[in-house]
Amino acid sequence: MAKSTSSDVLTLIRSLRSAYAATPTNLKVVYMGIVGSFPFNSFLSGVLSCVGTAVLAVCLRIQVNKENKEFKDLPPERAFADFVLCNLVLHLVIMNFLG
Amino acid sequence: MVAPVEPKPGGTLRNAFGGVLGFFILLLIGVLAFSIRLFSVIKYESVIHEFDPYFNYRVTQFLTKNGIYEFWNWFDDRTWYPLGRVIGGTVYPGLTLTAGTMWWILNSLNIPLSVETVCVFTAPVFSAFAAWATYFLTKEVKGIGSGLTAATLLALVPSYISRSVAGSYDNEAVAIFALIFTFFLYIKTLNTGSLFYATLNALSYFYMVCSWGGYTFIINLIPMHALLCIVTGRYSSRLYIAYAPLVVLGTLLAALVPVVGFNAVMTSEHFASFLVFIIIHVVAFVYFIKGILSPKMFKVAITLVLTVGIAVCIAVIAILVALVASSPTKGWSGRSLSLLDPTYASKYIPIIASVSEHQPPTWPSYFMDINILAFLVPAGIIACFLPLSDASSFVVLYLVTSVYFSGVMVRLMLVLAPAACILSGIALSEAFDVLTQSVKLQLVKLLEGPLSNSGDTKDENSTAQNDVLKADKQVATNNKTEDVKERPSKKNRKKDKENTEKAPVKSHNEKRLLALPLEASAIAIILLVVLGSLYVIHCVWAAAEAYSAPSIVLTSRSHDGLHVFDDFREAYAWLRHNTEVDDKVASWWDYGYQTTAMANRTVIVDNNTWNNTHIATVGTAMSSPEKSAWEIFNSLDVKYVLVVFGGLVGYPSDDINKFLWMVRIGGGVFPHIKEPDYLRDGQYRIDAQATPTMLNCLMYKLSYYRFVETDGKGFDRVRRTEIGKKHFKLSHFEEVFTTHHWMVRIYKLKPPKNRMKGKTKKPKHTSKPLSGARRDGSTKKNPWQ
Repeated sequence: MAKSTSSDVLTLIRSLRSAYAATPTNLKVVYMGIVGSFPFNSFLSGVLSCVGTAVLAVCLRIQVNKENKEFKDLPPERAFADFVLCNLVLHLVIMNFLG
Repeated sequence: MVAPVEPKPGGTLRNAFGGVLGFFILLLIGVLAFSIRLFSVIKYESVIHEFDPYFNYRVTQFLTKNGIYEFWNWFDDRTWYPLGRVIGGTVYPGLTLTAGTMWWILNSLNIPLSVETVCVFTAPVFSAFAAWATYFLTKEVKGIGSGLTAATLLALVPSYISRSVAGSYDNEAVAIFALIFTFFLYIKTLNTGSLFYATLNALSYFYMVCSWGGYTFIINLIPMHALLCIVTGRYSSRLYIAYAPLVVLGTLLAALVPVVGFNAVMTSEHFASFLVFIIIHVVAFVYFIKGILSPKMFKVAITLVLTVGIAVCIAVIAILVALVASSPTKGWSGRSLSLLDPTYASKYIPIIASVSEHQPPTWPSYFMDINILAFLVPAGIIACFLPLSDASSFVVLYLVTSVYFSGVMVRLMLVLAPAACILSGIALSEAFDVLTQSVKLQLVKLLEGPLSNSGDTKDENSTAQNDVLKADKQVATNNKTEDVKERPSKKNRKKDKENTEKAPVKSHNEKRLLALPLEASAIAIILLVVLGSLYVIHCVWAAAEAYSAPSIVLTSRSHDGLHVFDDFREAYAWLRHNTEVDDKVASWWDYGYQTTAMANRTVIVDNNTWNNTHIATVGTAMSSPEKSAWEIFNSLDVKYVLVVFGGLVGYPSDDINKFLWMVRIGGGVFPHIKEPDYLRDGQYRIDAQATPTMLNCLMYKLSYYRFVETDGKGFDRVRRTEIGKKHFKLSHFEEVFTTHHWMVRIYKLKPPKNRMKGKTKKPKHTSKPLSGARRDGSTKKNPWQ
């Protein structure tokens, strides 16, 4: 019983995670495999944009998680502001790099 | 003298004054860092130093004159003739942009400084910034006291002074600040777990990428630290926040710098960061699952995750290996390879090996460059291990890697210097803490004896006891530090003896406090102050005497006073005023940057050394006999040839001493130049015993032409010998200018004769290299015909 529950949970998490973060990247990579990576900077910025947003979202969720004891002194407002700033920088760079 | 003691009040005063005092001490440290680097301006003048700074200066001038867009598109046709060089895409723009911005700000504030002045003083200004960055970094690791000590040490460390005296306008000047600041922000992010600092960290990394090729050190060191944390079980979400955004943002930002471009994702130097990026995600995922599952279920789940993870890892590694194996140099650039394998450069790339700063350092140079820090560092390492935190483990890792790198290349001693400063700052500060604490304690006890009934003393005593309780643990742990540091001195044994002798006499709680006796700690403090003073004296000496010479103006002190040799600028000024604007000047590549910057004439090769064949062509010409050299130079459209000759005044780094490298580099591309032809029994000599090839090559002739007229014997003061061939004439070159001390000699190529005196146009290709002296120019040796 226990095993089936755990694997259920696992599959759930993994499907969620992959649906949430990795799909666009995978699509990109698949696209690259098919079409080729000629405008390499466009491809790169596309992939890194996806990865970057995913990473930042993970960071944000770690920080605003109520059960996480490590960030007691970091108010969620601050975390959100940081997240917005970071995303802003990221996407400014992406836009610049897109060529 | 005061400097090492200075940080003491900032370290202990934990009251309101502490902040203000600390601020002023920081300010003073900045002033100190700035002013100790002004010796070169005071002793010489406000000039740009050496070789590379002249190029940076020229680029900055272009930038301030033409603006940023022109700068990115700048194709320089005055160098590497006839190839030219794309400056905008091949230069690290951080330094020039910084100086250009500073100049622009000053000018818009109506402070009319010249570009040169700004360039000269960029390095000292940034060394003050670097000292402050060191303060912040060390403060994050070990507290304010250590921070101030480390900042003071960094402001003075000779290794850094050597690269950042006023006028030394080179990439390292700003890069070291960027390096330390990036590390500080990484540590700060690691300690706070704030995305804001992570963003700043990425931006600071961007600045570092702009400034110096040494940014690969950061992008390998930080992953190493992240991996270390994971392996030792110190993973936390703060580590994730510090690392993951840095990789993504940092990679993107690095790819924005033209000179790096797609290298940021394509070369092996950066793969480590991506690998650790994947690993940290796997680990984060594991921790995440561990958090939401019960321990029992986790055990079951972990096998599943492990199999998936291992499969992914294997796939990634396979891809990486395939990528790396497919690229010709395994994806590593020559300099990085010679870092991993110290013998690589000398085996395969003579042009990297020929640069003296790429060679391994000697032991004395360690003592010269970091002085007493070398002895304080072990103590600092121990201090870092007692409570080991993420931050202190980072500092230790930084030190260990930089020690290795500095052992490979003398130039990277510069990277070691901040690490050594931080660790010895920690060591010094901790030692002072322990010693002054125990002095304080002992004084209290001395007072306690006669006045045991006084409430005042009791009060004082109780506060002191509180202090002690607080510091108790620290004292206990730091005794070890103290011991290690004092080991070389014999005072240590004496102190131990005193400690055991006086232990029974002291009061009952003495044993728990583990304080040192008064005399011993007083002596130790004095010794530390003396040690610090020695360091300061050494640093000031190094700054004033050893590292301030601009190397374009030379001085020598002899019995009849001070001699100034300003021959280089004399020669460049001559070129600037007496030759046509479009004339091409050939010289060995060392003088390329200076010729373009100071004489504004087109050169064939310069210090950028991006085209080995081109340099080899010049090397071949210099080591060929006159006629074939003339043909090579003529085919390159060269009008003037410039050689540097130190034989008259004893200037050791002249072209004759560099000549073997010309032969080697030339021979690497054009095999008819053979090194043994220039050596007599494996020895390099220019006297009568020298080989005929040597005595007939162009470099010899241009250097020693008419030399015998100076003293009648032709005595070379550098080689300390009489030259081998004294009286000869030049058939294809004519001397047009020789500077006052004969240090720079400029020759003009004679125009081709109208009539070839019955000579066939196509000379035979000499089959045997034995007759090297009479070798005629063959068509093959010259790629430009």
